Amino acid sequence: MDKEAGKKAVVEFLTKKSKSKSKFYLKDFYEVIPEEKPRDVKNLVNEMVKEGTLEYWSSGSTTMIGLKGTGKQASAEDEA
Amino acid sequence: MAKHATPLLDQLESGPWPSWVSDIKQEAETRAKNVKGIDYQIPVDVCDDLLGLMELTYVEKRTHWKHGGIVGVFGYGGGVIGRYCDQPQQFPGIAHFHTVRVSQPSGKYYTSAYLKQLCDLWELRGSGLTNMHGSTGDIVFIGTTTPQLEEIFFELTHNLNQDLGGSGSNLRTPSDCIGTSRCEYACYDTQSLCHALTLDYQDELHRPAFPYKFKFKFDGCPNCCVASIARSDMSFIGTWRDDIRIDQKAVQAYIGGELKPNAGAHAGRDWGKFDIVKEVLSLCPTQCMKMDGGKLVIDDRECTRCMHCINVMPRALRIGQDTGVSILVGAKAPILDGAQMGSLLVPFVKVEEPYDEIKEVIENVWDWWMEEGKNRERLGELIKRQGFQKLLEVTNIEAMPQHVQEPRSNPYIFWREDEVPGGFERDITEFRKHHQR
Repeated sequence: MDKEAGKKAVVEFLTKKSKSKSKFYLKDFYEVIPEEKPRDVKNLVNEMVKEGTLEYWSSGSTTMIGLKGTGKQASAEDEA
Repeated sequence: MAKHATPLLDQLESGPWPSWVSDIKQEAETRAKNVKGIDYQIPVDVCDDLLGLMELTYVEKRTHWKHGGIVGVFGYGGGVIGRYCDQPQQFPGIAHFHTVRVSQPSGKYYTSAYLKQLCDLWELRGSGLTNMHGSTGDIVFIGTTTPQLEEIFFELTHNLNQDLGGSGSNLRTPSDCIGTSRCEYACYDTQSLCHALTLDYQDELHRPAFPYKFKFKFDGCPNCCVASIARSDMSFIGTWRDDIRIDQKAVQAYIGGELKPNAGAHAGRDWGKFDIVKEVLSLCPTQCMKMDGGKLVIDDRECTRCMHCINVMPRALRIGQDTGVSILVGAKAPILDGAQMGSLLVPFVKVEEPYDEIKEVIENVWDWWMEEGKNRERLGELIKRQGFQKLLEVTNIEAMPQHVQEPRSNPYIFWREDEVPGGFERDITEFRKHHQR
């Protein structure tokens, strides 16, 4: 699968799930593009964060990844 | 007058030990007075509100920190940990209280001028509170606001020649002991290896790559000053494969009392005359030492590198000269499954630039763990789940006696089904014809 198709598959997967869940483990993305090696999926996902399509969420110990702008945002953390 | 009354916290200052409560109060007072005229970029009363919130936590016995968040610096997936308080109206100074992890220098060598620069930056753009150092080894800056993050990152990287450390599902900041820079026990240059691997694995350090955290630690000798064997997923411990060097004259000097055992470290009390049998020979875990006609003899084949004899008589005994490193894997603290110590994977490898042999082991382990590890599963837990045998298979390392902890405890079975005539399945009816229940 070429890079652009991979990116499209990732966005489609996240958009489809966005009603129930906004953040995913890196490993969840392996299943979106099963034909790619984990290391290539990792590189693709990180590239999409760099481009601004995706964003990281970190608890400090674990990192999760979601579509930029979905779920609770930093600017709204002090709202109830 | 303190902003919040803190009677419960105040009790923590009453013991004989230094108290973090006193430290935070001191910083709160310094910020309030602002003798240096600092243009504080985050609320002046951040430390007061922190004390107030902690008092509330102690009263209610519940936390008021929210867990994690979307904060970071551009291009980095680690190094900043978002922390928000869930009582921002009551404690506005700590509505944002993010942690910044800063990569510590190898061996934790600093100049005082550099430490002052770090402190000045953190007084201006953060709470002024630090943790030197966090458990993984980083310089930890505790408490700042979201708008300050990029400013701090710019200052660190452009003016202080400093990078952020690791957090989240990344490679964590590798840490090492002082190694050959000052220590005669060091079997390899820990700082060189730590620095080289830090540079090589920048992507893994700054961008999430793994199912969970991954830690490297480098100990120059089996004394394990950075406790790599207990705390790191991959632990590099210096060792030697020839013999411990013995200076028989110095051995006699210890016995005669001219040299003080443990380099005089226990001089605060009179422990009586040094007794080599009681204090060294009989404490050897493998009983591989004895006195033979006034001479100390070591059966080096049985030595497990416990370092006790060398630590007690450093002038008489020295590490061997054919030095290298042992690689152990799978140590972790108890979140799932309980704590684990590292298991020996590579008994001995020379530490030579460009460290290709070491990197091959690392990358084989990573490929396996990235593929097979479950979310939030540490390497040690994967080894337990799939077996050490599987780890040997993926790293192309032959099983050897050093992998066995003790006879019968972990005798790995290396037969594969396709190598056994008839496979592992059997015809139970045929079997029962010959064998009664």
